[in-house]
Amino acid sequence: MRKMLAAVSRVLSGAAQKPASRVLVASRNFANDATFEIKKCDLHRLEEGPPVTTVLTREDGLKYYRMMQTVRRMELKADQLYKQKIIRGFCHLCDGQEACCVGLEAGINPTDHLITAYRAHGFTFTRGLSVREILTELTGRRGGCAKGKGGSMHMYAKNFYGGNGIVGAQVPLGAGIALACKYNGKDEVCLTLYGDGAANQGQIFEAYNMAALWKLPCIFICENNRYGMGTSVERAAASTDYYKRGDFIPGLRVDGMDVLCVREATRFAAAYCRSGKGPILMELQTYRYHGHSMSDPGVSYRTREEIQEVRSKSDPIMLLKDRMVNSNLASVEELKEIDVEVRKEIEDAAQFATADPEPPLEELGHHIYCSEPPFEVRGANQWIKFKSVS
Amino acid sequence: MAAASGLVRRPLRQVSGLLRRRFHRTAPAALQVTVRDAINQGMDEELERDEKVFLLGEEVAQYDGAYKVSRGLWKKYGDKRIIDTPISEMGFAGIAVGAAMAGLRPICEFMTFNFSMQAIDQVINSAAKTYYMSGGCQSVPIVFRGPNGASAGVAAQHSQCFAAWYGHCPGLKVVSPWNSEDAKGLIKSAIRDNNPVVVLENELMYGVPFEFPEAAQSKDFLIPIGKAKIERQGTHVTVVAHSRPVGHCLEAAAVLSKEGIECEVINMRTIRPMDIETIEASVIKTNHLVTVEGGWPQFGIGAEICARIMEGPAFNYLDAPAVRVTGADVPMPYAKILEDNSIPQVKDIIFAIKKTLNI
Repeated sequence: MRKMLAAVSRVLSGAAQKPASRVLVASRNFANDATFEIKKCDLHRLEEGPPVTTVLTREDGLKYYRMMQTVRRMELKADQLYKQKIIRGFCHLCDGQEACCVGLEAGINPTDHLITAYRAHGFTFTRGLSVREILTELTGRRGGCAKGKGGSMHMYAKNFYGGNGIVGAQVPLGAGIALACKYNGKDEVCLTLYGDGAANQGQIFEAYNMAALWKLPCIFICENNRYGMGTSVERAAASTDYYKRGDFIPGLRVDGMDVLCVREATRFAAAYCRSGKGPILMELQTYRYHGHSMSDPGVSYRTREEIQEVRSKSDPIMLLKDRMVNSNLASVEELKEIDVEVRKEIEDAAQFATADPEPPLEELGHHIYCSEPPFEVRGANQWIKFKSVS
Repeated sequence: MAAASGLVRRPLRQVSGLLRRRFHRTAPAALQVTVRDAINQGMDEELERDEKVFLLGEEVAQYDGAYKVSRGLWKKYGDKRIIDTPISEMGFAGIAVGAAMAGLRPICEFMTFNFSMQAIDQVINSAAKTYYMSGGCQSVPIVFRGPNGASAGVAAQHSQCFAAWYGHCPGLKVVSPWNSEDAKGLIKSAIRDNNPVVVLENELMYGVPFEFPEAAQSKDFLIPIGKAKIERQGTHVTVVAHSRPVGHCLEAAAVLSKEGIECEVINMRTIRPMDIETIEASVIKTNHLVTVEGGWPQFGIGAEICARIMEGPAFNYLDAPAVRVTGADVPMPYAKILEDNSIPQVKDIIFAIKKTLNI
């Protein structure tokens, strides 16, 4: 027993020595940056595409790694909380697709705009909300970013327009945000995302037409994860070349599992739009490990082997980690430390999200109208009234 | 002769003053403005007042508007502010909502509200619900406007009234102007409102001139959304309507007045949020209620008014069940005799009033 206690105390004091080992790590000579080859994008109506090499600085690499790991662990935590019935209703997870949200954000400015559909937790984070605000919204508590009123699909941040539940409806919205960008003349662009399933929605083609007609600075982005719910792309689309579906709109097909490829393609697309040439389309080829939502195990329409193959060969976090370690941009230990920090951040956020109280019943009627003096909202019968405050 | 010599004897200053006074007295009082011009004026003033306001829809720019409501605006404001769209209701309604989310103040015209059905998801799910779903983070200051309800001879697919459909949804405001004053005041309020507002106009009213009071000629003339107007005071029965039927109710009231029946005619002006208080106060006074609307009877505006009256203080003052006058429960037919009998006529209103008064 005493030996065990001694062993435990050694382990604990070893943990306390971490600061020292961190100093050791920091003083090691890392490269400042490294150049990587990235996959060439398939092009549609474009003479040239994004570059096939890119420079990654150590600082950016660590940042992307941390962000992707945060999204990954946040989604896995949401999975856990859902299975514990602490999160209810819809929960669409994006683990596997981290290179998309992190890579897109790396290619634009915070003053640019982004809108997506319901698989939105990753973007909500990369656009600036904290894990705590996101998880607390998922658990439906008062500390959630939408005060518990929206849930998984309705989270908003500055220059981030959700989080939209109706498949495809967000695409005309995105074109409208791009119209506002052009109207205001500030050189901003709008990233308008949709999935391979949504790509067959008629309103998307209406948006393509108007965006091209009016040269709106809109980057249409198809996040192709091969399945629209349980329907594979081959069973849904007569043409699965989503990057060509914009017809008169130039397009590029991008390796959506490589954060650097996504970043370069986004920079390229954003520059195209900012130059006033009109809209452009990007197809990001990516993959989701989870099923469509938490109610879908995700194995009835695809094989476990397929999922495992993507995980072992194309995982975006693993790809970045290997690149960074092999080019001496970071050490394995350093990245492990980041993993530990991220885990802690997620754990703290989850604890908060679980403990935070639900919104007060009195707020049920709030936020019906904006800028309105308080009024009464009817409840389940004529005697139940809620006060509505803007 | 005496008058002329009187004028000559007066110093010039006084004479010109006399002429000035006479000029001011006559011009504004007789000003007649059609509903179309009132809406046009309202939009023009708001476009001028706030750069963020713009208009988009089919034929609104170079055609001057399918019903000429936006006449002259494109010439004045150009391509940036007055935008012709392709025939893509779902697309351009979504674009308008997105622009509103990003801080602009769009006026989205549906050529008729029948076509808004193609875009209704954007109106309800993207516009109406967003402020609530976002916990107050994201507002949508947009106006959807266009002609609603029956026209003349345009048959079933072009004659539906959407007051009940849009009035059903929390998060939306829905207004329904009757005359020119309503039209101008409500469109201006709608544009200045930070919420999604549906403005249900009426094609048959566009060309109708009304006297335009001086107050309405001001660039800051607003009619508050959510407040009904008593167009005619009365004591025997409360008659409530919105849009074109308000005029029919006033006609019915004029006929009945000769028979000693005094109708209190209420112009709802707003469908949602409904001003039930004005209706209740009136029913408490008159003890009788007749509602009039162009739309279908089931689940309509009159049905809602009746339900609310039952739930409130006015129920105890009713001397007879409330009565609804509505469009016929059929898709609008084409033949004139059929169409005429598918919408509430003055005789139908008179009949209903007499029925509820047991006359």
